[in-house]
Amino acid sequence: MTLPLLSGEPRVITVGAEVLGEALDAQAVPRTKVDWRPPLPGTEDDVARVLADPRRARANATAVGRLVSARPLLVGVRRAGEALDLPVGSFLHAGPPIDWERASGPMRGALIGATLLEGLASDAEDAERGLAGGRARLEPCHGRGAVGPMAGVVSPSMWMFEVRDAEHGGTAYCSLNEGLGKVLRYGAYGPEVLERLRWMDEVLGPVLRETLRLTGPLDLRALIAQALQMGDELHNRNRAATSLLARELAPGIVEASPARAAEVLRFVNGNDHFFLNAGMAACKVSADAARNVPGSTMVVAMARNGTDFGLQVSGLGDRWFTGPAGVPDGLYLGAYGPADANPDIGDSTITETAGLGGFAMAAAPAIVRFVGGDVSAATAATRAMYEITLAEHPVYQIPGLGFRGTPVGVDVTLVARTGLLPTVNTGIAGRVAGTGQVGAGLVSPPASAFAAALSALAEAGEGARR
Amino acid sequence: MSADLVRVRVGVYHDSVSLMRVSQAVAGLPGVEVAVVAMATELNRGVAAELGFDLPEAGPGDLLIALRSGGPAELEAAETELDRLLAGLATRTTGEAAPGGAEHPPRTVRAAALGGVGGGPATLALVSVPGPYAFAEAMDAIEAGLPVMVFSDNVPVEQEVLLKRRAGELGLLVMGPDCGTAVIGGAGLGFSNVLRPGPVGVVAASGTGAQQVTCLLDTAGVGVSHVLGVGGRDLSADVGGLSTLRALEALDADPATELIVLISKPPAPEVEETVRQAVGALATPVVTALLGPGRDDLTTVTERVLRTLGVPVPVWPSWPAPGTENGLPDTPGPGAGRRGDTETGAGENAGTGAGESGDAGAGAGGQGGPGVSREASRAGTLRGVYSGGTLCAEARLVAGAGEFTDFGDDAYTRGRPHPMIDPSLRLEAMARVPSGDVALLDVVLGHAADPDPSAGLAPGIASAVARGVRVVVALVGSRDDPQGLEAQAEALRAAGAAVFASNAQAAEHAAEVLAGVR
Repeated sequence: MTLPLLSGEPRVITVGAEVLGEALDAQAVPRTKVDWRPPLPGTEDDVARVLADPRRARANATAVGRLVSARPLLVGVRRAGEALDLPVGSFLHAGPPIDWERASGPMRGALIGATLLEGLASDAEDAERGLAGGRARLEPCHGRGAVGPMAGVVSPSMWMFEVRDAEHGGTAYCSLNEGLGKVLRYGAYGPEVLERLRWMDEVLGPVLRETLRLTGPLDLRALIAQALQMGDELHNRNRAATSLLARELAPGIVEASPARAAEVLRFVNGNDHFFLNAGMAACKVSADAARNVPGSTMVVAMARNGTDFGLQVSGLGDRWFTGPAGVPDGLYLGAYGPADANPDIGDSTITETAGLGGFAMAAAPAIVRFVGGDVSAATAATRAMYEITLAEHPVYQIPGLGFRGTPVGVDVTLVARTGLLPTVNTGIAGRVAGTGQVGAGLVSPPASAFAAALSALAEAGEGARR
Repeated sequence: MSADLVRVRVGVYHDSVSLMRVSQAVAGLPGVEVAVVAMATELNRGVAAELGFDLPEAGPGDLLIALRSGGPAELEAAETELDRLLAGLATRTTGEAAPGGAEHPPRTVRAAALGGVGGGPATLALVSVPGPYAFAEAMDAIEAGLPVMVFSDNVPVEQEVLLKRRAGELGLLVMGPDCGTAVIGGAGLGFSNVLRPGPVGVVAASGTGAQQVTCLLDTAGVGVSHVLGVGGRDLSADVGGLSTLRALEALDADPATELIVLISKPPAPEVEETVRQAVGALATPVVTALLGPGRDDLTTVTERVLRTLGVPVPVWPSWPAPGTENGLPDTPGPGAGRRGDTETGAGENAGTGAGESGDAGAGAGGQGGPGVSREASRAGTLRGVYSGGTLCAEARLVAGAGEFTDFGDDAYTRGRPHPMIDPSLRLEAMARVPSGDVALLDVVLGHAADPDPSAGLAPGIASAVARGVRVVVALVGSRDDPQGLEAQAEALRAAGAAVFASNAQAAEHAAEVLAGVR
């Protein structure tokens, strides 16, 4: 056996005692220094056990390979009841499972609004009584192949984007975006909220359904790739993607419904986040392709319900690992301030799970101030995410980083080792039910959820030889 | 009236060696009585609490600062200086900023391997994080296709086996864990001497053993191709010599290596046969040096290598203690009669000569535990105060009797810098050596070792000599080591020690001094 090391010039990576690195510097040996820190407290044994699992490296390559090779196509718009087999009286919500008792203000507000929308209560008080009395069935969106932004409440009559993965065959769904301000997903349920939802029910949904029948499947992967190069990060900024989507859809909308085309296009134009929900479904279908790879330590879902942050891991099936949801740090609308903010909420962290949003912050200099930093902070945020991810996306690229692929595929072991938590961009919901959006900013998931997932991986793994 | 200052800097990390240097610098400031600047591990918190500091909540990822000084003014000055020193560390940690100021230094070996080194791919990873964390970084290296040297100790043996098996599948070499030295392509890694290039390739399960042999070879004018460490447990039954076999193969295939020297404690019986067969299958001649009772010491091994190469054996350098110039040993190598005594002595010493576990046991005695005084009052005791494990074991065998402590052992380095970097533990041990005893210590030069070990040890030696302790030093170093072999020898001699380049000769001399022969 020859060892190439013995014949060439040594180039050394050093990690640990700096005195050993300095000795190499004194000999003019080229070296790269690792800026090492201790892992999350108490995780070192689990890290070692999980890293010892012989399946891990290949399993992670498989999982992240599936995530980045998914080809999400927007194929249709369908009602939730039929598409998700969601019976009347059932509601989906964002994040890990939660009951009314522990639900936060905006989650309760959105459930009240959805109950009223479905005609299951005479007024808000009646809706609240019913929900508190356990008359509604609550389930996470993620459990039915769906995602929902903010409260993420889905009721059977709502229209859903349907996105299919042309590579692996999966399907995922996301509701239609209502716009910003006083909207159901931020927990508002006033008359104007319900009125807009009814218009979406009667006009927007049917027109989009007909439109997609005319246009045929739309390649969301290509659209997202273009939007990244136009300054979107696809979570807190969707302006470019929305514009691109409108361009694709506009002729079809006019053909599908000449009478309502103007109001539909006006609505799309008035909502910079119209694309977000289609993008979330694209991310969901991609992440779902990576599920259930035995031994994989890659995160396939991160989601918040306004009370808990939860994550799921490819190698651990549908188990949720949770920790308390943090309060975002950001900018506030009007007179609102941090005291009005609800803890983090929404399934939109599926964008970060798939390597967009906060992970692609360097692509979106226009919104760095909105998420609490300057351009170099945005670049730093993206660069830090390469430390905890398994791959660089082959199609989603960041011009400002020399068209480097976005960091994608969060590895639980790398989070524990570096202590670097995923950077999450998010909207901020008002704490009190009925308030709506109060701001937007950045939030860190709880480290405890990652430590819990790591511990479960150690238990389930084949590296557990004690 | 003394004043305390306690600060916790959450999430601020520096390695223990860097922080030791900062602590020492701050403790040396005027008016400062105590300075603890360390990561808030359980051990370090315990140290600070014992010193009477009132500690807030903090974890191992937080920096703990505890200062005590004569008064508030001194405390303030100390904190200012401390901030300056820590800022110096932080600048080094941050590394060079890229245009735009947002370049991240890598946080794992995995990320560093992806980024490359000096514009090309990395060829080796050197891991020296604390033992419980070393496996992850070493595994990163292997998965990135890199050979790895694990300097860290306190790595569980099952992790070592796993690393070496995985490396074997990929055709990679794992040096260590607890690999103190390596020289590859002229680059010294870990504690390593500046050696001239030459024909001898070394495979070593013993760091200081390899340093002794290669430094003596260098003195004799013979250089090395590579020194590959394999870690002290490699030839145990658990590990099965995985790295030794791989290193032997690699040196056999290396055109620059004409002779291989294999240095180790005797392997586990089931491993010995495997290694013997592997050695027999090589095209390159091998000198096997298995250390232990009844076997050749390192100096004799070196002489065997020189004879194999047809190079004359020189007189090994020594520097007599002041006033004993006529007491120089004038023949190279320890005498045969002396070696016979060694075996008897080892028996008398109830197993201390037999293996690594004895080192820690003797260490407890060396720290002033029971059993010190009785023997001492009788005839004086030889006290080995060592930093190198193999050197310590060798000296014990050669000297035949005495109390030997290897301060480089895991038991002493947990949460503390190695004695080759920080002399304080050994100075404390020296201070406890009673009058009439002989103190025998090793001083190892080279990269990464104390930049001026004699400066730290000389006062301790001088005060020991002044109260009637005779001091003998084994000085392991090469002509070109950064500390300067001659200068260090002179400084140690000037402090009152007899200095020998050969550890075996130093031990023999110490035993003779004790016996009154010299």
